[in-house]
Amino acid sequence: MASGRHWLSINRWGAAPALLFTAACFIAPLVAMALVSLSERSGGHTVLTWTLDNYRGFISRSDGAFVDALVNSIQVTLTVTVLSVLAAYPLAYILAYRVPKRWQRVALVAIVLPFWTSYVIRSYSWLLVLSENGVISQTLLGLGLIDGPIGLGNNRGATVLGFVHFFVMLLTLTIYANLVQIKDSYRKAAADLGANGLQTFIHVTLPLSLPGVAVGAFLTFVLAVGDYITPQILGGGNELLLPQAIMLQINRAADFPMASALSMVLMVVVTLAYFLFARFLRMERV
Amino acid sequence: MKPRDIPALLYVALAVIFIFLPVVVLVQFSFQDGLAPVPPFKGFSLRWYDKMFADRKLMEALGNSVLVGGLSSLIATALGFLAAFKLARRPGRGAPQMQFLLMAPITVSYIIIALGLLIVFNGLGFGKSLLAVGVGHVVINLPLCFAVIYSQMGEHQANVERAALDLGASEFKALIYVTVPMLWPALLAAFFIAFTLSWDEFVIAQLLSKFDVTLPVVIFSLLRTGLNPVTNAVGTFVFAVSIGLVVLVELLLARRPRDG
Repeated sequence: MASGRHWLSINRWGAAPALLFTAACFIAPLVAMALVSLSERSGGHTVLTWTLDNYRGFISRSDGAFVDALVNSIQVTLTVTVLSVLAAYPLAYILAYRVPKRWQRVALVAIVLPFWTSYVIRSYSWLLVLSENGVISQTLLGLGLIDGPIGLGNNRGATVLGFVHFFVMLLTLTIYANLVQIKDSYRKAAADLGANGLQTFIHVTLPLSLPGVAVGAFLTFVLAVGDYITPQILGGGNELLLPQAIMLQINRAADFPMASALSMVLMVVVTLAYFLFARFLRMERV
Repeated sequence: MKPRDIPALLYVALAVIFIFLPVVVLVQFSFQDGLAPVPPFKGFSLRWYDKMFADRKLMEALGNSVLVGGLSSLIATALGFLAAFKLARRPGRGAPQMQFLLMAPITVSYIIIALGLLIVFNGLGFGKSLLAVGVGHVVINLPLCFAVIYSQMGEHQANVERAALDLGASEFKALIYVTVPMLWPALLAAFFIAFTLSWDEFVIAQLLSKFDVTLPVVIFSLLRTGLNPVTNAVGTFVFAVSIGLVVLVELLLARRPRDG
């Protein structure tokens, strides 16, 4: 029964390789990064001195660049999250309630097709649209609505636009998934009790769909706050977001302790966001 | 069409324009018969694709991307499958904690995963390489592979496994001849989802590679030349591959009814 033991061992130890891998290549690097954030550089080496200098440097740097990066990141990410929810909700709603059932899945997949272009390509595509000789500027010129070419890229608005484009698709998916799980009978019951369409939406559909909104909004926040590509390509050089500051510390300054400290700050932001959304979710379920 | 449908239709039309505008522009001007991928469209030409396929650096990066994506997705799928099998069939006491640990990497930004691995690899004297990029891609893909496969493991398969055992199949054979064939759509879906993400991933690939790089890293360096029809051609090509894979996943997962 040698093979019998195989079976038993897969049954019992099947999760071991994945867990070991996660411990070695995910947990250990995070711990190493936390330790490096408490280290200082001396002569090309990183020495663990349990110093908080990197965190002090984050706060007290004379030009305030790091704190600015954090503030910029949070501002951009919150703007993106709110705009994406507002734009995606009606789309998901129409898909779930106005499109015939048998076409919904196809419509959904078709609408979010560009979701699968890579970050780099997607941001580049927006450059094509927004740049001075790009599609929008040229179209407006052709229509005689503007006198000279206008460049719409290289600013915070372009970063936000690039982000919203991606997250509208993500949120449409999560909100749609939530809406189709709400039983028709709830809405019918509301109608039977005399509620009109708007009342049914405000008192029944909207509250029941909030978990889907919260999950999507959390994903949006986490993915947007940690993204380097979109602000790097679309944002121009006027301001930095936190991931850009981290990349600069790694690539240009080769300052791993500082980069690690900034990454820890980024992780704290994400963790705080998680607890906020989790609390929000639990409250809504009561 | 009822009058009350008109605002909804308008909204969908606007949303579709917003979502597809950049992609349509990207694809259209990859066929531009001119030097700039911007209006006016001067006619149809495949010369930028010729140029792309003749570019040795791009083609090397393409090969690297396929290699890293293929191997890292294979490993992530295998690890995810074994873990899903254990946790679905014999959860045991620590199962929620194990699931939490396996899913944890999903909440951490790629840039942080990349920096952590870079620190560890530097410390071990391992350095930057395609192998390092592959490890990073297994980290980000393992939670997804696990989740996809776990969600498709049901009682139905457990019953067939038991039947195979009752009929005298050795237990290892039951896994190979019963469980894997029944799960192959989920396994392939997990593999292709992982491949799609690895294929597109930039930050980990950029920070953990040195001389041999993957396609997104080369594309990013192409952006320094500004708007360039070759970039459009590469982008269209990358997008087409992703779409092909996504459609494949859709078909694979749609084979069985999904209710949970």
